[in-house]
Amino acid sequence: MNAKGGSLLIAEFEAKFPYDYSAGRYAGYFLQQLKENKRLMGIKCPKCRRVFIPPRPACGYCFVRNEEWIDLGDEGTLWGYTVVQFPFLDPMTGEERPIPYGYGFIELKGASTRMQHFVTASDLNKLKIGMRLKAVFREDRKGSLADIRYFKAIED
Amino acid sequence: MARRAKRNVAIVATGQTDHRSKRPDVNIVEMINEAVRRCLADAQMTIEEIDAVVIGNMEHFEGIFFTEMWSVDGTGSFLKHGMKVTTGGTTGTSLALAGYYHVASGLFDTVMTIGWEKQSEGETTAGLIFQADPLWERATMSGAIGSFAASATAYMHKYGITEEQAAKVAVKNRKNAFNNPHAHLRMELTVEQVLQSKMLAYPIKMLDMCPTSDGACAMIFASEDKAKKIYQNPAWVVAGVTRHDQPFGGDLEMVMNLRTLRSATEEAYQIAGIKEPLRDLDVAELYEPCTFAELSWYEAAGFCGPGEGGKLMDSGATHMDGELPVNPSGGVLSTNCIGATAMIRVAEAAIQVMGKGGKRQVPNVNRALATGFGGSWWSDVMILSRTP
Repeated sequence: MNAKGGSLLIAEFEAKFPYDYSAGRYAGYFLQQLKENKRLMGIKCPKCRRVFIPPRPACGYCFVRNEEWIDLGDEGTLWGYTVVQFPFLDPMTGEERPIPYGYGFIELKGASTRMQHFVTASDLNKLKIGMRLKAVFREDRKGSLADIRYFKAIED
Repeated sequence: MARRAKRNVAIVATGQTDHRSKRPDVNIVEMINEAVRRCLADAQMTIEEIDAVVIGNMEHFEGIFFTEMWSVDGTGSFLKHGMKVTTGGTTGTSLALAGYYHVASGLFDTVMTIGWEKQSEGETTAGLIFQADPLWERATMSGAIGSFAASATAYMHKYGITEEQAAKVAVKNRKNAFNNPHAHLRMELTVEQVLQSKMLAYPIKMLDMCPTSDGACAMIFASEDKAKKIYQNPAWVVAGVTRHDQPFGGDLEMVMNLRTLRSATEEAYQIAGIKEPLRDLDVAELYEPCTFAELSWYEAAGFCGPGEGGKLMDSGATHMDGELPVNPSGGVLSTNCIGATAMIRVAEAAIQVMGKGGKRQVPNVNRALATGFGGSWWSDVMILSRTP
């Protein structure tokens, strides 16, 4: 080893970091309704009347407290989507996420914002903007967004 | 409302590493130091003449924190003023704005800003997912690519934007990169090659997407008195504007309608007295993370109307010999060391105004636009000019 450097070393590092996030009262209520009643609840701004999903304490546009809960049902329209085909490390699991999978933005009736989730159809190639989708719920719901398996195309 | 600073500020020097996919020959501090030394050499200054140092990157990519502390040997910031700024993709432009504010405030006369990233040392997509909301977004999003893709389909659907039009951006920018000695990717491509490249997430293919790079960029901001002594024709900062948006992807139209860039450029143009950007600007360095984004940013920056980004690309107006050359450096599609990426836009715009562009120089640049993109679809904008 001299000032010009010896061999080029790479230090490898791998570790598991546990985190515990508080959902807060608004998301907590949403997740409770999802788990217990398979309901997707949005929240309305008292000033601009926008209905937000995910629900949040304050309207980002008006900076006032959101108060009124709105049941948004479990069906919506596909606004935009993709089929993810590239492999990548999923920080949720520490492993590669299974591919391919459909991912999209769903417009629920009555919501001013879109929900993002997994989307699917009888064939991923049949996904199309404007198609109707319905949430498919898990039987063993735990109070997380994963209680919705995906939104599936309503096909004839 | 932002306004003109009461004190004129100029960019007087820039320094960049030669960006690569992987730099195992240097560690992070050594890599940062390359850009710092090149910047000081460009200014013909010593580190003693720098009043403050502002540094930043996206720390979760490398998983090493406190950059401002352990990089001191490379930055030369020992016992100097300074701070760290880290705002995701906009880090580089936020750093530039911080440098501008430092000098404009009158508290400092010479400030060095440094942006860097060593992408090869961490996991980019995992890092990007990790920065998203843990309850609502992490499980389904797939980093930058999936988000761009899912909103690019909406963009295509609404306006009839085509994959061919997007591919033209990749062809243009990677060809421009041949003229930039610092660029990471230099490629002679055809539209067909872009269309045939590996599908990552429809409609985004491998050649539609920016690379991940190792690299650093440094710049020096100076007050009017100092600036003229350092470089005869510095790049004056005439406007600096930043904009944030709502927190979730589903609140926005993402790639289709970057309202933060629209709002930021409108204000910056007002400050700079720019009425028709396509005509009044001489060059633009846009932070285009993917091909579709550059088309959409044309619209948001007011180069054309909503939905007309594809047509503007077809017209050739943004080519090197067009009315408003966009990304003579090769853009983000050719180089993407994320914490440096947005600063490189500002540095390249400054290089154009200072007339130091070499083979990538656009003739007679009076006014240049630089943009930064990142966070939850945030935008930063800077307008540089040959006159204060």
